[in-house]
Amino acid sequence: MTSGAADRPLTLESAATAFIAWLRRLLRRIPIYAFLILFLLIVALPFISISLAAFKTSAELTRGAFTLPAEWRWSNFSDAWTQAHFDWYFRNSAIVAVPVVAVGTLLSIFSGYAFGLMRFPLSRLLFALFLLGIMVPQEAYIIPLYYLLRGIGLVDTYWAMILPQIGMSVCFGSFWMRGFFSSFPADTLDAARVDGCSIWTALWRVLLPNAGAAISTLVVLLFIWTWNDFLIALVVVSSDTLRTLPLGLAFFQGRYASNVPLMAAGAIIVLLPTLIIYVLFQRQFIQGVTSGTLHG
Amino acid sequence: MIDSSREMQRGNRLRALIPYLFVLPAFLIFALFVLLPILDTVRLSFFDWTGFSAPNFAGLANYIELWTDRLFITGLGNNLRFILFYTVFPIGLALVLTAVMTRRRIRGMSLFRAGYFIPYVMPMVVVGVVWRWIYNPAFGPLNQALGAIGLDALARPWLGDFDAALPAVGLIATWVQYGFCMVLFIAGVQKIDESLYDAAQVDGASAMQQLRHITIPGIRTEISVALVTTFIAALRIFDLVFVTTRGGPGDQTMVTSLWLYRNAFQINRVGYAATIAVAQSVLILAISAVLLRFTRTSDQEEVAQ
Repeated sequence: MTSGAADRPLTLESAATAFIAWLRRLLRRIPIYAFLILFLLIVALPFISISLAAFKTSAELTRGAFTLPAEWRWSNFSDAWTQAHFDWYFRNSAIVAVPVVAVGTLLSIFSGYAFGLMRFPLSRLLFALFLLGIMVPQEAYIIPLYYLLRGIGLVDTYWAMILPQIGMSVCFGSFWMRGFFSSFPADTLDAARVDGCSIWTALWRVLLPNAGAAISTLVVLLFIWTWNDFLIALVVVSSDTLRTLPLGLAFFQGRYASNVPLMAAGAIIVLLPTLIIYVLFQRQFIQGVTSGTLHG
Repeated sequence: MIDSSREMQRGNRLRALIPYLFVLPAFLIFALFVLLPILDTVRLSFFDWTGFSAPNFAGLANYIELWTDRLFITGLGNNLRFILFYTVFPIGLALVLTAVMTRRRIRGMSLFRAGYFIPYVMPMVVVGVVWRWIYNPAFGPLNQALGAIGLDALARPWLGDFDAALPAVGLIATWVQYGFCMVLFIAGVQKIDESLYDAAQVDGASAMQQLRHITIPGIRTEISVALVTTFIAALRIFDLVFVTTRGGPGDQTMVTSLWLYRNAFQINRVGYAATIAVAQSVLILAISAVLLRFTRTSDQEEVAQ
């Protein structure tokens, strides 16, 4: 900070002025940091408070919301995990999210490839339909979707959550992957064609090895959207044994609202996977969301 | 560009099918589970249907009923009130934060940014459960904090209070949305040419003037994306209300999505529920189209200048 002063002969006076200048800069920054930290606290306090509640007994809650628990009761978590069935919910969430993300991403790569790099009749229309799928909210089709699934006997199965969410994922996914493919340098692609690459080998040998960033952002976004989904699961599944984490938490709260510690522990179990994924892939997230995407 | 149309001219019909084969799997699953249900919603909106017996054609009766349905009107009014909390507050707050952070070297900037964004990525159900605890009437942190600073008189059962319920739910939405808006705006600011600020500084422009004349015009696209997304979120609000108040107390926090859900899956007025869905979707698409068009023209004006 005071390196500028080192060039000049070090007198008491110059050291003092340098110090004062440094102090002034620091002081001027304090309000900004105070402001930024205040807003960080506004984000953090509700989470801190529910985390503390998750380690307490119901009786202890009355003694203060921001006091540390007298004894850290990890048993609230094991109770939520087993007695409140969060182990089922967790497994169900994984059973739904993994195929949705895997199949959704793969199909989006294929369609994005066609939309981005091939010219064919109706391509604009087909692409516009996918865009419609991004813009239209789930509420616009949830009712017939339920009756469709009931008609083909899929209501109250994993398929009822998996298939529609693949259908939603490929809308955004096709749009996203088209953006990647259409901005791919034409020279590289031409060179590959001269070398005799077919459409298929160009995809696997030339394009996909360079698509890491685009695909990882897509995977992260699709995962979070699927993992956090509420409405689809709420409508198409009624058995407790099939409920996903958000749904399980909502119903648990409906029944045992008075057992705050157990509910708090459940909330932590639901939010931890999302938080971990977010912390690990924060960059992809922010990049995906700030590229101006509207998700239905 | 892999030009399949030229190949078609060569008579290789099979090759012309290749693009369709790439699109087909995604399109099939999308068409079956999204596109056809969208069209079917429109069809159902002209019928009376309990979901079990045969549907009866009802013409425009459902649409006429919308105008006199007290709960639909109440719900729509509440959706509009939520715009204040979903759009106005978050964008205002985010602009203030962006102004503070613009052009300053802030240590740990990416940490702050990542932190503000956390509520936005959380499942809404978790957010709702967390805030139900904050608002807990008996011993929730909010009422306890008010008691600790001698403001017991202000303490109330927030989510169960007739006057406080909607703002209480709304503030949760603000808490979720402002980080999202800010992350968008900061990304926009980073694209603004630094020399504009240097020139303004030389001309003696105040921080406020720089915000008004450089930052805000510079992040116009980001502001409109934030406008569209938060607007849509306010018109669609469902999970949050479902988890925190279920539309109560009374119908103080009733919203159109919740009324749609009740009609469709609880009181078996499926056709009417479809009508609500159509009305809500048309409103959302119309507003998005207007806002997006507004941005696009303003971008072109900038290019023209």
